[in-house]
Amino acid sequence: MARLLEVWRLETRFYTQDGVVKAVNGSSFHVDEGETLGIVGESGSGKSVTMLSVMRLIPTPPGKIVGGEVLFAGQDLLKLKESEMRRIRGNQIAMIFQDPMTSLNPVLRVGQQIAEALQLHLGMTPAQARQRTIELLQMVGIPAAAERVDHYPHQFSGGMRQRVMIAMGLSCRPKLLIADEPTTALDVTIQAQIVELIKALREEIGMAIIWITHDLAFLAGLADRILVMYAGQIVEEAPLHQLYKNPRHPYTIGLLQSIPRLDERRREKLQPIEGMPPDLVNYPKGCPFAARCRFVIDRCWSENPELESVGSQHAVACWVKPEGKAHLRSVAGVGGDGESLERTAHG
Amino acid sequence: MVDPPSFPASASVDACPPETGQATLVRVENLKVHFPIRRGLILQRQVGSVKAVDGVSFAVRRGETLGLVGESGCGKSTLGRAILQLYRPTAGNVYFGGVDLTQLSPEELRRMRQRMQMVFQDPYAALNPRQTVGAIVGEPLTVFRVAGGKAQQERVRELLEVVGLNANFVNRYPHEFSGGQRQRIVIARALALKPDFIVCDEPISALDVSIQAQVINLLQSLQEQFGLTYLFIAHDLSVVRHISDRVAVMYLGKVVELADRDEIYQNPLHPYTQALLSAVPIPDPEVEARRKRIILKGDVPSPVNPPKGCNFHTRCPWVTEACRQDPPPAFREVSAGHFVACHRVP
Repeated sequence: MARLLEVWRLETRFYTQDGVVKAVNGSSFHVDEGETLGIVGESGSGKSVTMLSVMRLIPTPPGKIVGGEVLFAGQDLLKLKESEMRRIRGNQIAMIFQDPMTSLNPVLRVGQQIAEALQLHLGMTPAQARQRTIELLQMVGIPAAAERVDHYPHQFSGGMRQRVMIAMGLSCRPKLLIADEPTTALDVTIQAQIVELIKALREEIGMAIIWITHDLAFLAGLADRILVMYAGQIVEEAPLHQLYKNPRHPYTIGLLQSIPRLDERRREKLQPIEGMPPDLVNYPKGCPFAARCRFVIDRCWSENPELESVGSQHAVACWVKPEGKAHLRSVAGVGGDGESLERTAHG
Repeated sequence: MVDPPSFPASASVDACPPETGQATLVRVENLKVHFPIRRGLILQRQVGSVKAVDGVSFAVRRGETLGLVGESGCGKSTLGRAILQLYRPTAGNVYFGGVDLTQLSPEELRRMRQRMQMVFQDPYAALNPRQTVGAIVGEPLTVFRVAGGKAQQERVRELLEVVGLNANFVNRYPHEFSGGQRQRIVIARALALKPDFIVCDEPISALDVSIQAQVINLLQSLQEQFGLTYLFIAHDLSVVRHISDRVAVMYLGKVVELADRDEIYQNPLHPYTQALLSAVPIPDPEVEARRKRIILKGDVPSPVNPPKGCNFHTRCPWVTEACRQDPPPAFREVSAGHFVACHRVP
């Protein structure tokens, strides 16, 4: 498949009173056309800042993209003029955010907010844009779309507002949709609705998706490929099945070990990752995960490893590269639990 | 309209789980918490009420962890606070060690509070930024005149070590700590008066994934060490399964199902519990590809005007005419220790 987005050695920093925060530290990755890439990481891992950098939405000051290239369909977005970037943003690359409550303008009708992009990017007349907006709202499953188009954001529930955000994101049929934790603020049953919706729309529109989340479990049913970020770096990149079956970075292994699973036998104690993430102002020399790592060796304290291939599309930034499958607990033999989950689903 | 006609209690007093061998520490009987909605600048007429908790009965056994799950707005936090009398209930009773908390005078209640504590969701908001850790953790000791001066300092250092913090942190301020460490401070404060019962209101949902397991393990080992009883409120069903002995599921102000942990996860009877469980993601692409989800339609209705009949009928995949007309049968025991309120469950 053709490359849609290629990011090379992206570096973004924030210049704060406390010092320079190295939020993104030389990340390189790509997204193919039509692919769904999951980016997983905890707060401060740089996952959102990476995507805001791609969109050139980093507030400057205090933030600054200090290096790297962002090639979208062959064009370096970091070299474009702001006016040129505006033609891409919301048109070819769209973004939906975590909190639909704050991402919509409370004093504008939702129809106006969606139609704005259609008039601006696709040159529609107001009447055409309104018609298309109603179709979009129907597409994302908003009942009585013809009436709802004239409502204000506060008249929608959280799940419905996120649907409005999705309709807005998809209005110009983007080639790439960046979803920054779009379901984190929603309840589990609503989250399931939104995921099903985006999966169906992905088929229909054929767009690529970058899905940012802190929840590794959540990506298992959604992504084609996954990047794991830690302290501003990509520490592992792998195809979906490979990442869960045989992760090779100690952080990924630790994450999978520390979360309880509904389909396994219950354990008496969880196995947490000890310690806490490093301070990005006083960035550690060597590997940023070294202080919390069970597999640490001398070299980890002095040299920061780069991503290195360990198999087809599978790369890991680690000097040790432990075989995750040897450390993950086997869930075989809990067939009973697995079956009961399926039985649940069938009612 | 003062108070719209409320539903018949979905749960009777008898529906409390039998106290088999274990003593009951907390018993909630037909508890209701309604928040009035007022209109008008001067006269402030009451025009309705938010029925956050609407007729809930259950018991918490001494030494157990009762998990309480449900979506935002279902009333689970309100229920937790109403048990501790942080909200005075509109109706119903809360017995703590046999004493009805709803009947106590403020002074009696204040003394009772030593035995019941709370751990809050957001450790950034739960700690006073102007107080040192020593002052925060020591405050309950001062208030109840348990220990002062040197003895208090000793006790605070001991508490910090119990929750896995360095005892020399006493003179630091909350902003010097990470989220996980702050939550440990909140827990240390809750432990200061050696309580029997702690309401943990989403204690890990504000923490990073890699820190959550640390705090869960801490809560578990404290329970073993001090024989604590927990009401563990959360929306993450994987975590609740891990930590709880029994689990109660709440929807729109009512408990719809309650059973032992393994029973409720293997044999969920209420369609809402089934939908909740089917929505929990499993970190395994092969399992995810095989699973079929129950996708509920629509949103949770407003607790101001809950639907007629069964609260859940607007979203229930197996709704019948009876569900739309009549409230569900009383919360009842369908097998040993398994309680459910649903028309469709025989």
